[in-house]
Amino acid sequence: MPRSLQIALFVAAMAPLPLVIGSEFWLAWTTLALFYAYLGQSWNILAGYGGQFSFGHALFFGSGAYATAMLQIHLGLNAWAGFLLAAAAAAAVGAAVGYLVFRYGLRGSYFALVTLAFAEAFRVVANSLGITGGGVGLLVPLKPSVATMQFPEKSGFFWLVLALVGLGLILTAWLERSRFGARLMAVRENEDAARAIGVDAFRTKLAALALSGALAGSAGAVYVQMYLYLDPGIAYGPGMSIEALLAPIVGGLGTIFGPVLGAFALHGIAEIGKVGLGQAPGLNLVLYGVLLVLMVMFMPNGLFGLGRVTLRRLLPGVRNA
Amino acid sequence: MLELSILLPAILNGLTTGAIYALVALGLTLIYGVLHIINFAHGSLLMLALYAAFFLHAVAGIDPYLALPIVVPLLFAVGYGLQRFVIGRASHGKDENILLVTLGISVIIENLALYLWKSDTRTIETPYSFSVVNFGVANIPVPKVVAFAGALVVAALLWLLMTRTDLGRAIRALAKERLGARLVGINVDHVFAMSFGIGCACLGAAACLLLPGYYVSPHVGHGFVLVAFTVVVLGGMGSFVGALLGGFIIGVTESVGGLFLGESLGQLAIFVIFIAILLFRPTGLLGQKA
Repeated sequence: MPRSLQIALFVAAMAPLPLVIGSEFWLAWTTLALFYAYLGQSWNILAGYGGQFSFGHALFFGSGAYATAMLQIHLGLNAWAGFLLAAAAAAAVGAAVGYLVFRYGLRGSYFALVTLAFAEAFRVVANSLGITGGGVGLLVPLKPSVATMQFPEKSGFFWLVLALVGLGLILTAWLERSRFGARLMAVRENEDAARAIGVDAFRTKLAALALSGALAGSAGAVYVQMYLYLDPGIAYGPGMSIEALLAPIVGGLGTIFGPVLGAFALHGIAEIGKVGLGQAPGLNLVLYGVLLVLMVMFMPNGLFGLGRVTLRRLLPGVRNA
Repeated sequence: MLELSILLPAILNGLTTGAIYALVALGLTLIYGVLHIINFAHGSLLMLALYAAFFLHAVAGIDPYLALPIVVPLLFAVGYGLQRFVIGRASHGKDENILLVTLGISVIIENLALYLWKSDTRTIETPYSFSVVNFGVANIPVPKVVAFAGALVVAALLWLLMTRTDLGRAIRALAKERLGARLVGINVDHVFAMSFGIGCACLGAAACLLLPGYYVSPHVGHGFVLVAFTVVVLGGMGSFVGALLGGFIIGVTESVGGLFLGESLGQLAIFVIFIAILLFRPTGLLGQKA
């Protein structure tokens, strides 16, 4: 089945859900799972296709979130315009960080550590500036209307996030077939070899980081409209960075649908965990950690990798299912 | 012009904080600096060691300094087991996997602690908790002076281990050439786990020296992770003297930076140093060319 058809089928199957789901709780749950699928797709583009493991993806999420929240509060900017500006701001942060980091050739664990350090530095700055509200955080005024991106009906957020997930899927599918994507994957497999055949590794990685940053930043903008509150810990803390990387790793790194599958699997397990273990603080995160370790240990290719392996065992002729 | 009477105490205070950073970072120098295992669980393991020392004091009434012979072997065992049975197996020979597994381990340890011991901040009281030593320009609490001396001793012990023992030679051989080390008969998995265990044992020592003048909570390790990586990178990968020096520099920077920029922005200096060192001088102050 062609990728475009798969994506269209997925979105078409998901779209009527708010009309079917009666309970507010499950609608919010599905929206949140889709939200983390979108954030995970951003990480997947950079790490799954580009091989650059960011440990501070909150840097982009938070920059986008703060950009739109500050513009809305201080300048009264429309949230939809803020959404676009958030993506642009996060892309700019990605490009600036990428320029520094890739110019000086930081790879692998150094890249992970530097992104983490940048996120922490931004958190400290956001904590001490007046314009970001400091540690108290920012409250975005409530103006429920479609025009302000604060949908009166919860289903509005569902469709918005679903549209973004669809966009992320299309973008990733395009990556798999485009020249840019081919260059990016060449860099992931072997940067030196890629450069030897004429790939401009610096510009390729820079573009991937900016693109990934733009997606994460726009996710931040949506988050602000959903919760109407932002503080440095939410925006730049390690929690968001971990959410961003868990979904694609559990689902399958470097696959189009990996982040979506991973996000639903994770949040499903977290929900089952809550029922089974009670509401004790921390226990559902313990489950996340155990899952992460087990996935890396036994299923380094994620759920999709598992599916592929079993399919290949069952049908020796099948290659890329 | 800043008064010397403000600046000197700030520097002295920074040095003692730096000694604590150095203590925490020394274990990481071995794990990350020598063997390139990116251990994100370093802060969580420190937190675990702090709780061990705390409960030994609260339940059995053992003074944290006397708890050293219990906590250090305990942390060694935890570290050895983690590397041998979890991290080593999950790595599949890839750096990214080590990053993810240690991240997972830290999430598990931290949230288990949160569940078991709640998010309360706990401190202990010892007869010497509030005693001070007069250094002329400032009074420094006794626990901080002990921690300072402890950092020097731990660094010296590690240096001796690496240069004077067979294990140290094996570790250095592994760091240089893994396959070659295996060919000359070094049990690679065992030596890796030994190094990780010793690195964690340093955390045990750090925890016992830290506790009398500090506190413990499930999130106490957070603040130390990036600082420890910064110290290791600043001092030079794998250099114990460098880690000591790096710890002092970071401590003083934070303390003096806080004086000029205020408490919360003072931390910013740490991250700026970290990023700048990685970008412009990845070998650090005393590291050798990779």
